Amino acid sequence: MSSEDIRIGVFICHCGTNIGGVLDVPSLTDYARSLPNVTYSADNLYTCSEVGLTEIKENIKEHELNRVIVASCSPRTHEPLFRAICQEAGLNPYLFEMVNIRDQDSWVHMKEPEKGTDKARDLIRMSVYKAALLEPLERVKVAVTHSAFIIGGGIAGMTAALNLGNQGFKIFLIEKEPELGGLLNSLNKVFPSNEDASKLLEIIDMIESHDNIKLYKSSVIENITGFVGNYNVVIKQNKKTINIDAGVIIVATGAIPLSPEGYFGYDKKKIISQLDLERLLKDDQVKANNITMILCVGCRNEERRYCSNICCMSAIKNAMLLIEKNPNTHITILFRDIQAAGTDYEKYYRRAREMGILFIKYLPEKPPIIKKDLVDVYSDLLNQDIKIPQDLVVLSTPLIANEDSEVLAKMLKVPLEENNFFLEAHVKLRPVDFATDGVYVCGSAHWPADIAESTSQANAAASRASIILWKDQLEVEGSTAEVKTELCIGCEACIRICPYSAITKDEETDTAIVNKVVCKGCGLCGASCPKNAIIIHHFTSDQIRAEIFTYGGEI
Amino acid sequence: MGFLCNWCSYAGADLAGVSRIQYPTNIRIIRVMCSGRVDPTFVVDAFLHGIDGVLVLGCHLGDCHYITGNYEAEIKMSSLSKLLNIVKFSDRMQLDWVSAAEGNRFAQIVSEFTKHIQELGPSPIKENKTKTQCIDDLEAVKSVLESSRLRGLIARQRDLVTEKNVYGNQIPAEKFENLLNDAIYNEFVRHKIVIKIKEIGKSVPDIANEIGIKAKEVLEHIVVLRSRGLVDVHEINEEIPTFISIRGG
Repeated sequence: MSSEDIRIGVFICHCGTNIGGVLDVPSLTDYARSLPNVTYSADNLYTCSEVGLTEIKENIKEHELNRVIVASCSPRTHEPLFRAICQEAGLNPYLFEMVNIRDQDSWVHMKEPEKGTDKARDLIRMSVYKAALLEPLERVKVAVTHSAFIIGGGIAGMTAALNLGNQGFKIFLIEKEPELGGLLNSLNKVFPSNEDASKLLEIIDMIESHDNIKLYKSSVIENITGFVGNYNVVIKQNKKTINIDAGVIIVATGAIPLSPEGYFGYDKKKIISQLDLERLLKDDQVKANNITMILCVGCRNEERRYCSNICCMSAIKNAMLLIEKNPNTHITILFRDIQAAGTDYEKYYRRAREMGILFIKYLPEKPPIIKKDLVDVYSDLLNQDIKIPQDLVVLSTPLIANEDSEVLAKMLKVPLEENNFFLEAHVKLRPVDFATDGVYVCGSAHWPADIAESTSQANAAASRASIILWKDQLEVEGSTAEVKTELCIGCEACIRICPYSAITKDEETDTAIVNKVVCKGCGLCGASCPKNAIIIHHFTSDQIRAEIFTYGGEI
Repeated sequence: MGFLCNWCSYAGADLAGVSRIQYPTNIRIIRVMCSGRVDPTFVVDAFLHGIDGVLVLGCHLGDCHYITGNYEAEIKMSSLSKLLNIVKFSDRMQLDWVSAAEGNRFAQIVSEFTKHIQELGPSPIKENKTKTQCIDDLEAVKSVLESSRLRGLIARQRDLVTEKNVYGNQIPAEKFENLLNDAIYNEFVRHKIVIKIKEIGKSVPDIANEIGIKAKEVLEHIVVLRSRGLVDVHEINEEIPTFISIRGG
């Protein structure tokens, strides 16, 4: 296609006031129109709205656009949507390009609107020059294995397994412990309904007797290879190696409670953990009348900055259970902040207060001091020290990430956040997905979650996974590497560099060839090829250089 | 200018936006799928087009979405940095790691790098006095980085020092490093010679004078360049030969 045939349409989004409130969008629209090959430019209040999308489609037809640029938010969130719209209008989705003028411009330069607008002008110009060099690409189709591999047999993993198993898919559920149930096994009753944990564990029978679910207890994962629709997992059970093929993988490995070892003189007798208390309650072995609970032990501090989400409610639950059992028990909860969001939880908290449970706010810089029969605490509200009689102290510690998370994350090629919990693809838009296609996360592996959250995330992950599992074939990303055979000298540098073993040597021609299904389009081979013989489609050297030259200009 | 990988650093930059962390407006971001996609010649191209500083940001080592991409980026940028060091551009380039959760870190790196570049001042390529010298230097750097000799060495670096070759021998990292350093320096001088005698034939002492190295060294390089068919004798004036590039560099 010669440059005269290139017709670029540029759509610039106000994003309400998110962009329009900072940058001069109308001037950007005029500017875009003045750039070479730009046939049409317009601004929209919300380009991603129904109105905005229809406008793109109509203008592709009306102005015979063969390149579309949207200047708005991040391609990481919205590129798939706009690409799909281009495709609906008959335009190859790879002829679409996105400019990030919100997350990387208007939101970060709120006090410098003019300079921010200058920056947007450069970014749009760079994109227009790159767009002129874009080529249509085809997506390769691959078959899907209609089975799921689920890691972790806690409430999250079991719920996901049951969901997908009931949809008719073959499920492989792996648990490293000898029994299913995870943390739920150590609980007495669960909030806010106060029903027996054992009632929820009835799901175990359904899992164990399910025709579609194959269980691997006391098993560990050795290796994971493959890609969306076609994963291969090697597991080890009693020294036996088993190979499993699965189309999707769900991570439901949960979390572990931090042992209060070293905090407040924890001795498992007079000073115990909330989990110890659960066991005592289960066995009806609590023999104390003055009980003090301390929240936020070992978290929301320098070492672990996060709030573990579930501890407030479980402390309140156990306090209420103790009073129900023995109305003469005096219970004091020493807290920093109470997390009781949601209708039921708020009601639950109020009921606890009505039952006479005493809540005292302590300051982290003045933590409670445990003495022989007393707890000494400074109340910020009363501005004085309070002495509370005690014959049992219960410490609430956070859930922390599993030790083996790092190993698993590396095998799955998915990221962890700073506390080693699994990090989702997007906190709001893709809360149970990973950036890696076909891998999902649910429950406390992602973040300390209570049972209601774990089960809803598990059902969400199962539902996301089923989108893939119901398909007979998948379309794989078209932006991959391609070897220009006539330039290749067969040095094999790319074969060694490729992290996915996607490149092999064609023995006949002695040159490299790329498997487009396995190739992820990372571009390592292209940037390394001694002969510059590899094209990285959609991120070609010419396209990237066009962006560099356009911004830098001539010196 | 910043080259950001799609999965970590670009996401980190988005997070800085979502968190409304403010940083200087000077940076223009080019999204690539992986920091390992950044061909070192892109960075040189940026300098040749008057860009004052270049950031290359990837995922933290061990966290690469493409498993080993950022290790490759580190290897490439380390050789690039050595070459840029010869032409005094290395402090205008920085390779760093930003995760998808580090919006703050991204903003901090951009702020600090912007301040650093502002302290260095505009690129010398934009000053008349130093322009020609800079262009010659950077063109030489670029042609070294384009040469299959150095690219081949860089591409095999991780492989060569971490795995045994077909004879069961492994090259020690230190030995490889020395080999690479020599190759980088020699190739740079050779490419510079080729550029200096692109249009006019020059004698060995003249070339040595222009580049600022010993005549003996120049002669050794000329011998290598002749054997590669890149340089030939231009003419002989009063028994002193002058040399000129063939194949136009």
